[in-house]
Amino acid sequence: MKPMLELRYWNHINGWLLVLPAVFMIGLFTHYPIGSTIYHSLFSTGNAVHPSVYTGLENYSLLMEDDIFWKVLKNNMIYSMCTVPLSIAFALGMALLINRNIKGRFLVRMSFFTPTVLPMIAVANIWLFFYTPEYGLFDQVSHFFGGSSHNWLGDPNSALYCLIVMVIWKEAGFFMIFYLAALQQLSPELREAGVVEGAGGWYYFKRVTWPLLMPTTLFITVNAVVNSFKLVDHLVIMTKGGPDNASSLLLYYIYENAFSFWDTSYAATLTVVLVLILAIFTIIQFAVVEKRIHYQ
Amino acid sequence: MSAIILRDIYKSWGSFEALSNINLGCEEGKLLVLLGPSGCGKSTTLRLIAGLETPTSGAVEINGKDVSNLPPVKRDISMVFQNYALFPHLTVAENILFGLKARKVSKPERKKRLKNAADILGLEEFLHRKPAQLSGGQRQRVALGRAIVAQVPVCLMDEPLSNLDAKLRQEMRQEIRSLQQRLGMTMVYVTHDQVEAMTIADKIILMNDGGIEQHGTPEDLYNRPATAFTGSFIGNPPMNILKSNPEIVAACGVDMPENFAISDLLIGVRPENIEVSKNSGFEIVVSATEYLGADTLIVGRSNDQSITLTIKGKATIPMGEIIRIGWSSKDTHLFSASTGKRVETTNMGEQS
Repeated sequence: MKPMLELRYWNHINGWLLVLPAVFMIGLFTHYPIGSTIYHSLFSTGNAVHPSVYTGLENYSLLMEDDIFWKVLKNNMIYSMCTVPLSIAFALGMALLINRNIKGRFLVRMSFFTPTVLPMIAVANIWLFFYTPEYGLFDQVSHFFGGSSHNWLGDPNSALYCLIVMVIWKEAGFFMIFYLAALQQLSPELREAGVVEGAGGWYYFKRVTWPLLMPTTLFITVNAVVNSFKLVDHLVIMTKGGPDNASSLLLYYIYENAFSFWDTSYAATLTVVLVLILAIFTIIQFAVVEKRIHYQ
Repeated sequence: MSAIILRDIYKSWGSFEALSNINLGCEEGKLLVLLGPSGCGKSTTLRLIAGLETPTSGAVEINGKDVSNLPPVKRDISMVFQNYALFPHLTVAENILFGLKARKVSKPERKKRLKNAADILGLEEFLHRKPAQLSGGQRQRVALGRAIVAQVPVCLMDEPLSNLDAKLRQEMRQEIRSLQQRLGMTMVYVTHDQVEAMTIADKIILMNDGGIEQHGTPEDLYNRPATAFTGSFIGNPPMNILKSNPEIVAACGVDMPENFAISDLLIGVRPENIEVSKNSGFEIVVSATEYLGADTLIVGRSNDQSITLTIKGKATIPMGEIIRIGWSSKDTHLFSASTGKRVETTNMGEQS
């Protein structure tokens, strides 16, 4: 009996030793910061005169009354609900387009993928020019057709949508690569069987291609949702959240609170909310959607 | 009446000519096998019939209708693919009914046909499973089910058994044959396996290098091979194709045809027709023996030529021993050395 027990004991030790590096890294860089953020959100922001004191949930009740918070949250929801489905739709469309033998496929593929390679800062600068009133690209085109000029980024009604258009342009190419890879995994024999069986393009897409692409779609959706909350580089360049927070997003608001207003406790409180939102999204996606997906 | 006719078909990709001058017909309710080594164009021929490829020139007729320019769905065909082409996310029932739904066949009719096909193929228990939960043979049946419910007169099969193990392959080919006869299907069946072709076919078309080598019944191909290629492709172990010399001609006693010098001929003889004799025939040096159970394969050499023969039961002949062999003139096949074509003489071959 004794050697058996010892073996089991060593198996346990061994297992823990093997996962230790990963546990350590995740603990240090993911779990500890989350815990620390929650802890800090329960204190007031200290300064030289007033040291930080425990205030319980006061930061959270402040947040509930903060109009700007609700505004950026609403902005972020609109932003996510536009960028996620639209960039996925464009990505799929482009992937389907270049997954066949068309002339100049290489060039088309490259031009679809180019926005992905560019850094967000560069992309934002390019689009800043597109949106510039009077001599920007859009206004020049509009002038050509006799339209009047419009301050795209300066108008609270259009600023957020200007960002959305740009982000879709940037992200769709990246997601297209995943769809393209998935499409090329599908056996051409399946398509031929479909053709012989009399399945038209749309019927075949609906019943075969789309279901078989679901694992890829889930993966892309998770990425797109996370991106819609974590990418704010373009805000810094293009609008700084303005005008009047019309284009501000949650993460940018956190950044402003932490590094412009130096209210670190309130920033921590906002961060807790952001983490919660992302956690809920992830749970929904993996727990509910994944069950209905066919994995090969 | 021929259900399928191919007229003067040529197919090329760029400068590569895959098929040239293909003319063939398959009668209604018969099973035609397209046989040949890989790369001979047999699959391309099948895909031309299916409409998955279009010929560079020539015409395809199915049931008396020129379908050369019609898409596959309008050709009234069903097809079974080498890897079955089952949709992995759909159940067996959905896979079988895929085409009927696409063609908007009514629900009661779909149900009836599904039940009928499941009955025939013994798939009732598996209708709700996904392909991944089936064995190779069952997947094959599902693919057949798809062909059956289509209720079209012509069924095309592209190496349908090549992914199965030897035993299952034998069972399935009998099943396919009986199914084809029972349902009166016209079937075109592609394979590279000559045993499969011999056992299943009404007619065989042997292809080589993008052309038709011979078209005939399995007996024709075996007994009267039209070319040296056919002779060596059909039969296992393959026919010996020997460069002729006076010694060999004497051993088989065949009458030499006129207009041919001895050196212009190839002599074909099947291993199973060669006999070991005590005092006549010509000498070979045994270089290897393989015991196969029912018979023994003996490989010998004479001058620079290798000769294979089989004898019943177990034979123990030591390597290096010299034996004398011979065969009857009626088992001799003569081919022209320059063209490979069969040469007839008065007392050669089985006269049909």
